[in-house]
Amino acid sequence: MFFLDHIWLIPLFPAFGAAMMFFFGRRLQKATVNAVCVGVVVIAFLFACFAVVEYTHFAHGTGRPFQRIVYTWLGSGDGNLNFTKRDGTLAAFNADAGFLLDPLSSIWLLFVTGVGMLIHIYSTGYMAHEGGYYRFFGYMNLFMFSMLTLILANNYMLLFVGWEGVGLCSYLLIGFYFHRNSASTAANKAFIVNRIGDAGFILGALTLAWYLGSFRFTEINSLARSGHFAIGDPVLTAAALLLFVGACGKSAQIPLYVWLPDAMEGPTPVSALIHAATMVTAGVYMVARSNAVFVLAPKAMLVVAIVGATTAVFAASIGLVQNDIKRVLAYSTVSQLGYMFLALGVGAFAAGVFHVFTHAFFKALLFLGSGSVIHAMSGEQDMRNMGNLQKRIPTTYRTMLIGTLAIAGVFPFAGFFSKDEILWQTWTKESDAYRLLWFIGYATALMTAFYMFRLMYLTFYSPSRMSHEVEHHVHESPKSMTVPLVILAICSIGAGWLSWPHSLGGSAHFEKFVEPVFAREAIVLEEEGKSAQLASGEKEAEHTDKAEYLLMFLSLGAAAAGWGMARRSYLHAGKGYTEPIAVKAPPLYTVLYNKWFVDEAYDYAFTGRRKIDKIRLGVMGAGEASSWFDAKIIDGAVNDVGWVTRTVATLSTWWDKWIIDGLGVNGPAILARMISYPARLFEWGLVQWYALVMVAGLLGFGVYYVWK
Amino acid sequence: MVPITTLHYLVVAAALFVLGVIGVLTRRNVVIVLMSIELILNAVNLNLVAFSRMWGNLHGQVFAIFVTVDAAAEAAVGLGILIAFFRNKETVNVDEIDLLKW
Repeated sequence: MFFLDHIWLIPLFPAFGAAMMFFFGRRLQKATVNAVCVGVVVIAFLFACFAVVEYTHFAHGTGRPFQRIVYTWLGSGDGNLNFTKRDGTLAAFNADAGFLLDPLSSIWLLFVTGVGMLIHIYSTGYMAHEGGYYRFFGYMNLFMFSMLTLILANNYMLLFVGWEGVGLCSYLLIGFYFHRNSASTAANKAFIVNRIGDAGFILGALTLAWYLGSFRFTEINSLARSGHFAIGDPVLTAAALLLFVGACGKSAQIPLYVWLPDAMEGPTPVSALIHAATMVTAGVYMVARSNAVFVLAPKAMLVVAIVGATTAVFAASIGLVQNDIKRVLAYSTVSQLGYMFLALGVGAFAAGVFHVFTHAFFKALLFLGSGSVIHAMSGEQDMRNMGNLQKRIPTTYRTMLIGTLAIAGVFPFAGFFSKDEILWQTWTKESDAYRLLWFIGYATALMTAFYMFRLMYLTFYSPSRMSHEVEHHVHESPKSMTVPLVILAICSIGAGWLSWPHSLGGSAHFEKFVEPVFAREAIVLEEEGKSAQLASGEKEAEHTDKAEYLLMFLSLGAAAAGWGMARRSYLHAGKGYTEPIAVKAPPLYTVLYNKWFVDEAYDYAFTGRRKIDKIRLGVMGAGEASSWFDAKIIDGAVNDVGWVTRTVATLSTWWDKWIIDGLGVNGPAILARMISYPARLFEWGLVQWYALVMVAGLLGFGVYYVWK
Repeated sequence: MVPITTLHYLVVAAALFVLGVIGVLTRRNVVIVLMSIELILNAVNLNLVAFSRMWGNLHGQVFAIFVTVDAAAEAAVGLGILIAFFRNKETVNVDEIDLLKW
């Protein structure tokens, strides 16, 4: 039990690497950087493997979660930090530095550390000639730390720490080439768009705590499963929808997906690790983790399914016509994430998680492969300037072909099993609305096959469209890059076999492993289904296998059709080739090529970049308008009232000064003064004069009386 | 020899009084003005004493002593005012002491 008890060490290994890079990175040799940064991830991977093995012994197939609480990180157990729940009782605000290992987090733990390790190794080759080497690896290790915290957290608050951490690392790594304006803009875009989702997430988590009184997954899930809450409880529905807003931001779903294609400004290993395999699946993880809540909110589930399916087909349609090799893969990622949410939305949590698992391998493979192509092409990313690389970089070509077959859903590659499982689960939801979702998913599968094989044909098969300069330098990548490709290719083939469906004689190990996490949900969903249509329950068992075979066949048909169309259009694509869509439906091509003008629409609606004359449009415009209203009308009214008051006061002052004081008070005084002036002339102030007058008076009186 | 009668005293007193009045009216120096006032008072005293002697009782003499005391007090107050004034105006010239108007 050593590894299980010390599970909290797993995130700390990469944290150590990041700290080393932060403090000493500048002074270290590249070899030392490699040893530290790749080393800690390898250790984390091995540690994780042992921990999961120990966990399987611990759980014995029951799927009971292992929880290790190191200390209380926020709040305290003694009730010093309380909050009032919705029902009026007090609950302690309590977030642990606690680590939870159950089948769900085990899977994430394994593929995050595993794929992360391979991508770290790959990066030592890919980034070998780049500046900021230690900075890159420091960020990557910091990302691994955040992602592992996110995965292993046992409560929403600690998960949020990881959630924000990966967002920060995503920002730092997208903006890695910060001297390029487009890169720093893209980094800002990713960060800001994610912020919207994060607001939803934190509100959702707080709503849950307010309603249920805890942040811990185990407690929330057991409360949600306790049966006290009705299906469709409005507060839980609101919480589920808010959490899904968070998932939309992190996992790039409509309407918050716009940051992910731009995130391709980062170095390619970053695109592979963060924006394809791991971070963007954090939203799926969080929704799957909150499954008990989502199951009680069927409306939220429906929203998740619809958003997922819409995103899947929407992003795939954009991917059909993009020319930048990484952008095609970016839209493909958005589309595949849509699949995952479709699966979650229809209640097929295990299928969704399985698709995350397989997608991590083949999408990481495709991104790393595209990185290898870009490396070979001396930095060229535009597929219009590639072609005929099949023989020149054979390892890259072969591994990417495997990845393409996997994502297109060709039997027996990984994508076939996971994607088929999702489509099958969607189909079996007995309601016409879900048939529509299935059809959308199916159409997406066709598009996926088309754009992936388009990428393959334009890059590897068609006649070369490279300039001589570039053609001269084409070379296969070093071993450090090709070995991870080969390993990922093997995983892309084999990962699907873990969940070989029953209908093909398999035993679906993967689902059995994950199922306990969702077990109770499966029962609830089943009951919902039963109450909806009790009658048709009988016949389902018999037509299941046949229908499943039919759907598999249809999926393979879609993959083959996509392949065929791409082959016909691009096999002979020489210099200045034309896109078939552009020929057949130019307006549609324009719309798709410009990504449905979503960025432009957002510019009009939200970012405030659009102006008519000097009037800004959209929300920012509304803000500016209300600011203007506030400044001119509200404040203007205040100022006018002030002006009137002031004028009245001025008049009143004038009246007081000149009429009251002047005429009333000073006037008589002035009059008295004027009249008294002559009298004053007699007073000259000299005592002797007064005495003289007195003496003269006395003499006068004397003379007068004597004379008389 | 002509006996000294009350009339003689009155003539001397009148002369003293006139000297005092002339002094008060004509001298510029406040100190001399004050001294002239003393002359006037003494002229009065002389009258009082003369009439006291004439009537053969002591009331007038007592009154003269009162006047002397009064003159002493008056001189003290007057000199005090004078010193305070000198500190402000640096003069004891009556011509320049003309603040007491309006």
